Amino acid sequence: MTTIEPAGQRQLSNLDALEAESIHIIREVAAEFERPVLLFSGGKDSAVMLHLAVKAFWPARVPFPVMHIDTGHNFPEALDYRDRRVEELGIELVVASVPEAIEAGRVVEDREGASRNRLQTAVLLEAIEEHRFDAVFGGGRRDEEKARAKERVYSHRDEFGQWDPKNQRPELWSLYNGRHKAGEHIRVFPLSNWTELDIWQYIAQEEIELPTIYFAHHRDVFRRDGMIMAVGPYLDRRDDEEIVQMLVRFRTVGDMSCTAAVESSAVTAEQIMVEVAASRITERGATRADDRFSEAAMEDRKREGYF
Amino acid sequence: MDLLRFATAGSVDDGKSTLIGRLLLDSKQIFEDQLEAVERTSRARGDEYTDLALLTDGLRAEREQGITIDVAYRYFATPKRKFIIADTPGHLQYTRNMVTGASTANLALILIDARKGILEQSRRHAFIASLLRIPHLVLCVNKMDLVDYDRDTFERIKDEFVSWASRLDITDLTFVPISALKGDNVVERSMNMPWYDGPSLLHHLEGVYIASDRNLIDCRFPVQYVIRPKSNDHHDYRGYAGTVAGGVFKAGDDVVVLPSGFTSTIKAIETMDGPLDEAYPPMSVTLTLDDDLDISRGDMICRPHNHAEVGQEIDAQLCWLTDQADLRPGMKLAIKHTTRTARAMVRELLYRLDVNTLHRDETADTLSLNEIGRVTLRTTAPLFFDEYRRNRSTGSFILVDETTNATVGAGMILGPPA
Repeated sequence: MTTIEPAGQRQLSNLDALEAESIHIIREVAAEFERPVLLFSGGKDSAVMLHLAVKAFWPARVPFPVMHIDTGHNFPEALDYRDRRVEELGIELVVASVPEAIEAGRVVEDREGASRNRLQTAVLLEAIEEHRFDAVFGGGRRDEEKARAKERVYSHRDEFGQWDPKNQRPELWSLYNGRHKAGEHIRVFPLSNWTELDIWQYIAQEEIELPTIYFAHHRDVFRRDGMIMAVGPYLDRRDDEEIVQMLVRFRTVGDMSCTAAVESSAVTAEQIMVEVAASRITERGATRADDRFSEAAMEDRKREGYF
Repeated sequence: MDLLRFATAGSVDDGKSTLIGRLLLDSKQIFEDQLEAVERTSRARGDEYTDLALLTDGLRAEREQGITIDVAYRYFATPKRKFIIADTPGHLQYTRNMVTGASTANLALILIDARKGILEQSRRHAFIASLLRIPHLVLCVNKMDLVDYDRDTFERIKDEFVSWASRLDITDLTFVPISALKGDNVVERSMNMPWYDGPSLLHHLEGVYIASDRNLIDCRFPVQYVIRPKSNDHHDYRGYAGTVAGGVFKAGDDVVVLPSGFTSTIKAIETMDGPLDEAYPPMSVTLTLDDDLDISRGDMICRPHNHAEVGQEIDAQLCWLTDQADLRPGMKLAIKHTTRTARAMVRELLYRLDVNTLHRDETADTLSLNEIGRVTLRTTAPLFFDEYRRNRSTGSFILVDETTNATVGAGMILGPPA
């Protein structure tokens, strides 16, 4: 662009620039779609996304509901947090339940106690169809995984909820194309350009409350495939897997049966930031058993309609 | 810490993915599990060295074919800056991705293979960077290790490029001789090229001055969303939410609203964190005005003596992004410009530009995928616009096919038709 005058101090910090971009995206969706919904699991990324939505419409309420795809394998701390946040903000919560879908025979579990990650996709798509949601905010970030790094902010899904990575719409400037046919929808990722470190810095800066399991606590755990798994009702522990108590925290709060802990003594967002900055293993690679199946695990799940 | 967005472009096999892998690796952004996965795949394929391109080629088809299909976004940070890389493929058929990656970039990084010199693709990439008004352009002459770090080779490429680029509108042009594979001049200055006295690539990226890249003169605020709380605490509140597209807005400023022409003053610039003294690009804020006016999404708040052009006829450079149908005069499409959506008809194709020779073919009557031309459009509703070179936000638009809903055109406004 033509240089018109020296800008002086009027330069946004990284976090302020990311916040401005995310708020722009969230407002754009609220303005252009009939029935948006924001996926809210109680996880840190969705907590940040919800915080941004609150800021985008302040002093009015967030003008769309939030939805939790409930695997039934929840950390109780994450559920408490979810319900408290929703009540504080006075927004509607839609819960789409995997156990209910299994009960009703709409989806079939691989085996008792297995991760319900894949089942979430079917339940999510069902809920989108049932509620006729046309825009679904997800907290996905491009730094998480190689397939995600290629996904647009507005990601078009056909009537089967599928993503076609080779046929994505070009996305230029901040002009988002949300047009879609009846029955199709758009997944929207307002945190696309944030990194895990940005998320933690922002949580610290904005003093965003999180479920307590994100911070170091003593917990009964056992080791499996090099990962630290929580002892709980959803994961069958083999006899040779010994229970030990460790000081741990979780880096993501997903399905309790496939979310591993990391050893840590960090009890504040600032301390976590220091650990994240020093970490040598990616967030998902370290703690998500579900992404380890194959190099293209995420791409395959995304094609089918996963978050 | 501020944020620099840059786009990378290169031709097939000139080492772009390797360079990005190198930047991420040497700035310690590559994690152990990512590197292990790449080393495993490289070994399994029988590569002689670890193919860092595997770090960025995320889709199955890309790994299988050894090519990059789509724009991939990569992130790294140094103590000085955070960087967002839009890594765009160099294949001819995917040039639309370069336009996508370039549209939000402060800086473009173009790779040239020292053995091959400047190719048609390099010229195309530089032209697109200048067309999209990326303020800073860096030419990396890569694979210097394969030409024995020869100074003359580097200088010859540099001279050839400078002479060609003089026909383009490029304000800041920098050349760096590198070897992405060996790491020369990527993060650290290379001992192999003592004749080069410039900064390493990363050092340049950390230091390039980007604060003046935005327009802080012409106040432009496209209204994105009207906030009306309808609660007892904020009974009569009407806030105009949006992203500042140009200029510096301050409380107490006189403003004019387009298209109505009504005037008022800014009562406050609001955010949840409290009122602000001023707002400038690219801040997302909410403006309240002293008068109760009828303002809705798509309207624009400007200053009374400096407002955007208002019109239904525009003259623009257009990049065509689809192979489904060619652009032809008479074609009707949806147009999205700032927060406004309308329908547009292509009135005239004035010429098609050959991006290699910059020759204007005035006999052309169509634009195909990846072709760039100058068009005039007529829209069903007035647009509030500026020349793209003066404002990238109010000077850009996209065209959408109303049947397929695909984004088919990227436009840069020159002004009202002459």
